[in-house]
Amino acid sequence: MRTIKFILQKEFLQIFRNKSMLPVIFVMPIIQLCVLVFAATYEMKNTNLFVVDKDLSSHSRELISKFNGSPFFTVKDIDFSINNAEDELLKDDVDAILVFENGFGKLVDKKEPAEVQVLVNAIDASAAGLYNAYILSVIQEYNLQLKAKLQIVGKDNGIHLVQNTYSFLFNPEMKYIPYMLPGILVLLVTVIGLFLSAMNVVREKEIGTIEQINVTPIKKYQFLIGKLIPFLVIGFFELGVGLLLAAFVFKIPILGSVWLIYLVAFVYLLTILGIGLLISTQTDTQQQAMFIAWFFMIIFIMMSGLFTPTDSMPMWGQKLNYLNPVAYFIKIIRMIMLKGSGFMDVAKELGILGVYAVSILGIAVNRYRKVA
Amino acid sequence: MNSTVSINNLSKSYGDVSALKEINLNIKSGELFGLIGPDGAGKTTLFRLLATLLLPDSGSAALCGFEMVKEYRHIRNILGYMPGKFSLYQDLTVLENLNFFATVFNTRIEDNMDMIRDIWVQIEPFKDRPAGKLSGGMKQKLALCCALIHQPKILLLDEPTTGVDAVSRSEFWQMLKGLKSKGITIVVATPYMDEANLCERVALMQSGEILSLDSPSGIIASFEKDLYSFEAKDTYQLLLNLRAYPFVNSVFLFGQSVHYTDVRDDFVLSDLKDYLKSKGQDHVEIKQIAAGIEDCFMALSQQNTVQK
Repeated sequence: MRTIKFILQKEFLQIFRNKSMLPVIFVMPIIQLCVLVFAATYEMKNTNLFVVDKDLSSHSRELISKFNGSPFFTVKDIDFSINNAEDELLKDDVDAILVFENGFGKLVDKKEPAEVQVLVNAIDASAAGLYNAYILSVIQEYNLQLKAKLQIVGKDNGIHLVQNTYSFLFNPEMKYIPYMLPGILVLLVTVIGLFLSAMNVVREKEIGTIEQINVTPIKKYQFLIGKLIPFLVIGFFELGVGLLLAAFVFKIPILGSVWLIYLVAFVYLLTILGIGLLISTQTDTQQQAMFIAWFFMIIFIMMSGLFTPTDSMPMWGQKLNYLNPVAYFIKIIRMIMLKGSGFMDVAKELGILGVYAVSILGIAVNRYRKVA
Repeated sequence: MNSTVSINNLSKSYGDVSALKEINLNIKSGELFGLIGPDGAGKTTLFRLLATLLLPDSGSAALCGFEMVKEYRHIRNILGYMPGKFSLYQDLTVLENLNFFATVFNTRIEDNMDMIRDIWVQIEPFKDRPAGKLSGGMKQKLALCCALIHQPKILLLDEPTTGVDAVSRSEFWQMLKGLKSKGITIVVATPYMDEANLCERVALMQSGEILSLDSPSGIIASFEKDLYSFEAKDTYQLLLNLRAYPFVNSVFLFGQSVHYTDVRDDFVLSDLKDYLKSKGQDHVEIKQIAAGIEDCFMALSQQNTVQK
């Protein structure tokens, strides 16, 4: 126990003496959190529309004014020429084109199907999907109004309207910040935990200090625990800062227990630090460790459900995700923060993480050799 | 406690390269022992094996009677090891480094001041300086302090004076003498032949083998040939000419001079002078000299190569 205490003392001394790493560890996460939460959003604002109106009827104008009135759209220009519109699209000045053919208004008046052509820049497929959905919803809304009007005009027609009603549970306004923030919090804790631990033991190897440590009576587990605890503390600190920002800056209600979040974070960090230490013991230079850590990091994060829902991944991907600690933590932290889930609700995932942590740490201690 | 080191048939290879070939060596308690050899002789491998950082392929060794592989835990408590590369924490200060190594051995600096006082007084003025900012000589002194802080019975020093200036080198050897008087067995590896004379006994090593094992004077006494030192303006031409001489036994370049031995025991120097004259080298200074450790090493390593 005493030995671990002295190793810890030394580790903290080194961390706090490292003037270039200190800001990276403590300030970077806060900046990242603030930037990413606003930047990584699926909310569409400022979609630039180009309207080709060859009809110039009251109906087409009404629909255009609906787009103009929407906060999501800016009608950049109205023109008769589809060619001009396509030029603008090529120049990337507009995101979508709306085309009203001549006769649109007449068809509407005749109560016959009238068509609006929508051309969307689909270089970014997910953005294109969103433009399309937003445009459709505006047209839909117009349709409903129109039908209602027509119904009033011609009472015999008896058009039946089926209107969907829906409500989003746990995030009623479908806000992105409450959805993204917990995930980004996980990301930050992961980056710090994985990289710091992956760099650490291998740095001692690179500088040669491990030689001097290895000839002392320090035991393997003491050495690794001494390496683990400082990063655990740093991870907890970052999580705390992140939660405070979430509660007081972003005003996200944290429905569940903060203690439960910390319990999960503890188990999760053990897993991540275990992976980091394992990488560190298996590599010879910091460069190797960096690249391997980065490799796992990217896979873990892209598959974690942070940006894209895990349910839409192919079956093999979902199976692979059983091995992805980030996915578990993101799922759990969202459940706790947004849904107010209690211990029993997350027990299964927490259990899996626990098994993960114990086995990966076991392997890491086992693979670290004091003797070559 | 008997602080001996006994090595039996110790071998270690890295892939196809055999770094140590069945080494046998006994180092007495309280001895100042030198392992002398060029880079790649296997000195560091031997040290890493003794320091329980490597496992041998075959053979065994015991330090203070503890078996190297099975009882490595005991060895780590009684051994002081100073690697060739500076391996202390560069971002920690002198005092923090020393304190850390004291505490991991479950002891305190104050309790071991007797052991390190002579060295500590020299680095104490810099005790708050980060170890990475010390000069080469100071680093070595700090490393020695850290290796001694737990009062080891045996001290392994791997090339402690490599890259250290001449003054610091001689200071360092003075310190080792002081430590020897405290009864510690000291094993020093060095590529510098001149340092061999400062040891009680030395082992000359090359290519993983021990060529000779004796006291420095014993090794020099075993040099049987008459040794001559030649000096001329054109040293390189002299070297080539001597090499071409039919009765040459060995010729080696030693700084400005060339050291020469002849195969014949009843060798007349004037014959050689005439030979050199015939090659156009008139002004050659020739002296008979006493052999040094380096001459012995060269002779032994030549023998060793010829035998193979």
